[in-house]
Amino acid sequence: MFQFFRSKRSAASAKERLQLVLIHDRTDLTPAELDALKDDLLATISRHVDIEPDAVQIDLERDGRSQRLVADIPLKSTVRRRSG
Amino acid sequence: MGAQVVTITSGKGGVGKTTAVANLGVALAANGARVVCIDGDIGLRNLDVVMGLENRIVYDVVDVIEGRCRLRQAMIRDKRLPELHLIPAAQTRDKSAVTPSDMIRLCDELRSEVDWVLIDSPAGIERGFKNSIAAADRVLVLTNPEISAVRDADRVIGILEAEEKGTPALIINRLNPIMVKQHDMLSADDVIDLLAIKLIGIVPEDDDVIVGTNRGNPVALDPKSRSGQAFRNIAKRLNGQEVPLMDLDAGSSLWARLTNFGRK
Repeated sequence: MFQFFRSKRSAASAKERLQLVLIHDRTDLTPAELDALKDDLLATISRHVDIEPDAVQIDLERDGRSQRLVADIPLKSTVRRRSG
Repeated sequence: MGAQVVTITSGKGGVGKTTAVANLGVALAANGARVVCIDGDIGLRNLDVVMGLENRIVYDVVDVIEGRCRLRQAMIRDKRLPELHLIPAAQTRDKSAVTPSDMIRLCDELRSEVDWVLIDSPAGIERGFKNSIAAADRVLVLTNPEISAVRDADRVIGILEAEEKGTPALIINRLNPIMVKQHDMLSADDVIDLLAIKLIGIVPEDDDVIVGTNRGNPVALDPKSRSGQAFRNIAKRLNGQEVPLMDLDAGSSLWARLTNFGRK
């Protein structure tokens, strides 16, 4: 019974773990360094425009053998900025 | 211009590089090509025993490089296929006995003598690996459908790209179709998706490989062996022939049922 559940998708977890590990191996960026990079990016951008820090998404994505840093940074609307 | 120099490497040890070199050498030579296999693992030689030629060694690759013998004297002729040769590694030296330019010179000399030079790279990404890829026209990266082997293969692919060796082709070795079917082993598609390079062949896990290695008879010599067939197919693809991938499920479905039954 236990065997039945446990053996179900170990291949899937191997793949998920590899996807993460390979991104960090290929970019030579640890998760902590990636977090520091995100913080720096957000600090720089918010010096120029108001952003919604909680809605920001910055991630490394795989594209074949290359990686890209993909950022989705919603800006606060000017209406809200004025009223706020 | 002559021979093509092909290096088989993997990063991780124990994934089957030496077995692959022996079998591709056998498969190419069985089709009449002149082949030299070079053991690049100085200090830890093994290609000689896998090919069953360990009792014929007089000179090794370091003897050639250091001028103690002529190239021809270090080329051991295979006992089954007259066009297949082995240049063994030195056992009592280390990787620093050879430089990348030594390998380029050696392979350049071989190019006019044979059709294929296959180099068995040592594990790792240090000197021995660098020596083994120095002269390569093509590199084959071999991996197992297993997390650490795939990770190391990715590292090696990255290094090959950085050294402008071009994108290597991938051999997935020791794939167990039953475990893949049960979702307990990465599938060939998973591995290809992760590594994002072109596949040149999939070799199923096969007890015959161990039996053949015990006797010094590479499985590619056995017309009935499935892994031998997979290696023969890779040899044809190296030659530019289009060969469809083997159906790894054929013949295994009965096994799947039997082993599943046995497990309960």
